Amino acid sequence: MLKILKYSFFDLIRSRWSYVYFLFYLLLGFVLLFLNNDVSKAVITLMNIIIVLVPLIGTIFGVMYYYNSKEFTELLLAQPIRRSSIFLGQYFGVAGSQTMSLVLGLGIPFVMYGLFKSDAIFDFSLLLVTGAFLTLIFTALSFNIALSNENKIKGFGYAVLLWLFLAVIYDGLFLMSLIIFKEYPLDTFSLAATMFNPIDLSRILILLELDISALLGYTGAVFKKFFGTQTGLIISIVMLVIWTAIPLWWLTYKAKRKDF
Amino acid sequence: MIHIKELHKSFGKNKVLSGINLDIETNGIFAVLGPNGSGKTTLIKSILGMVLPQKGTITVNGGPIKKNWKYREQIDYLPQIANFPGNLKVRELIRMIQDLRRKPSEEQRLITLFQLEPFMDKRLSTLSGGTKQKVNIVLTFMFDCPLIVLDEPTTGLDPASLIHLKGLIREEKEKGKTILITSHIMQFVAEVANTIVYILEGKIYFKGSIPELKEQTRQNDLEHAIAAIANAKNHA
Repeated sequence: MLKILKYSFFDLIRSRWSYVYFLFYLLLGFVLLFLNNDVSKAVITLMNIIIVLVPLIGTIFGVMYYYNSKEFTELLLAQPIRRSSIFLGQYFGVAGSQTMSLVLGLGIPFVMYGLFKSDAIFDFSLLLVTGAFLTLIFTALSFNIALSNENKIKGFGYAVLLWLFLAVIYDGLFLMSLIIFKEYPLDTFSLAATMFNPIDLSRILILLELDISALLGYTGAVFKKFFGTQTGLIISIVMLVIWTAIPLWWLTYKAKRKDF
Repeated sequence: MIHIKELHKSFGKNKVLSGINLDIETNGIFAVLGPNGSGKTTLIKSILGMVLPQKGTITVNGGPIKKNWKYREQIDYLPQIANFPGNLKVRELIRMIQDLRRKPSEEQRLITLFQLEPFMDKRLSTLSGGTKQKVNIVLTFMFDCPLIVLDEPTTGLDPASLIHLKGLIREEKEKGKTILITSHIMQFVAEVANTIVYILEGKIYFKGSIPELKEQTRQNDLEHAIAAIANAKNHA
């Protein structure tokens, strides 16, 4: 698997898109720090951007890479390599190169600005960890979509739809259901609903850490009341790990049963 | 070497293989023939584990291939359509496959034989179909494996390269290897093959030597003999 990972990773970091992605974060980091003049405030703004953008980029990169490397995959399938190694190697190559762009692109401006001297270092690291998780989750989801759709256009459409659903529509539906069923106790429902959306989960995870009650919203408040900050943090991280593990397991399961 | 028992495979409603039984025990060159869409490539891909049959077993070198991948170390495979990652250079591709297989290889002799030196630093997406096929052949023949599977090896080759390819196949045969070839060029098959395996409608319809086939169909050349068994089936 490591060999495939190596080839995928180096293939990707040579590509133009990884640089564009890296430069975008670099620019974003510098501009935010320039405008905010404060590391903690910049972290909050950054969270709002990361939580929407990272899933989108993860989804698109995942689908694009899978379809573009079809020939590479076919070549590898005839070689003495495990199928799961081929797909997991490619997956970690894509997710790894994106995570590297994210961490370096945001890390460099913040470190230059004096991150290590400020008290926001833990908040900032948590933000990067969440970003990495979102990359892993959405790349895995998009790999699954691409694997089960031979048709590129269809696969691309489903992947973007998935992002749109989890990033935008889900929240809308959730809010509407809260309004419609406001007479009922909704604590458990809203907890469960949050667990089923990695984007919401990441948002709450960061807000719990930043401890900004005003931004927590209903679900965040329920989350905090129910678990407390410490347990809440741990539970949301565990949920993110599960969110990564299940699509990956499903990916290897499907890949082993597919005809090429 | 290869034992195939009651192999069934269908893609959706399309039944491609319906109960293939094939034993390849000896060395030599086996030509897998059949009309378009008769299941030749599916059979070969099943042997390689790329297509997973619904029923039946395949054993290669004594071991079943299901849930196994190590046996592919024993196989050199030339795919029908040379699909390569386009942004790699020829040199990088060859090095990558060497790195993946970790076996001694003799690519230099083959590169010289097929005159590929001027293309070594070109990206694969810029190569012509015939040149890609030559790269494909280099990748297949550079390792020393007891079993060689060639799916339409002659596609796009110029006459000089075709002669080199035939030479290579003969060389490998003399080393005592088993070679599986599919082709539609009967002249090529007649020149190299020892045994003909004819597939029709997902079943083995004929297995034997070329003289046997000619005798059975009462034809003088292979091309007509093959056409005759396809027709005989239609009349029956």
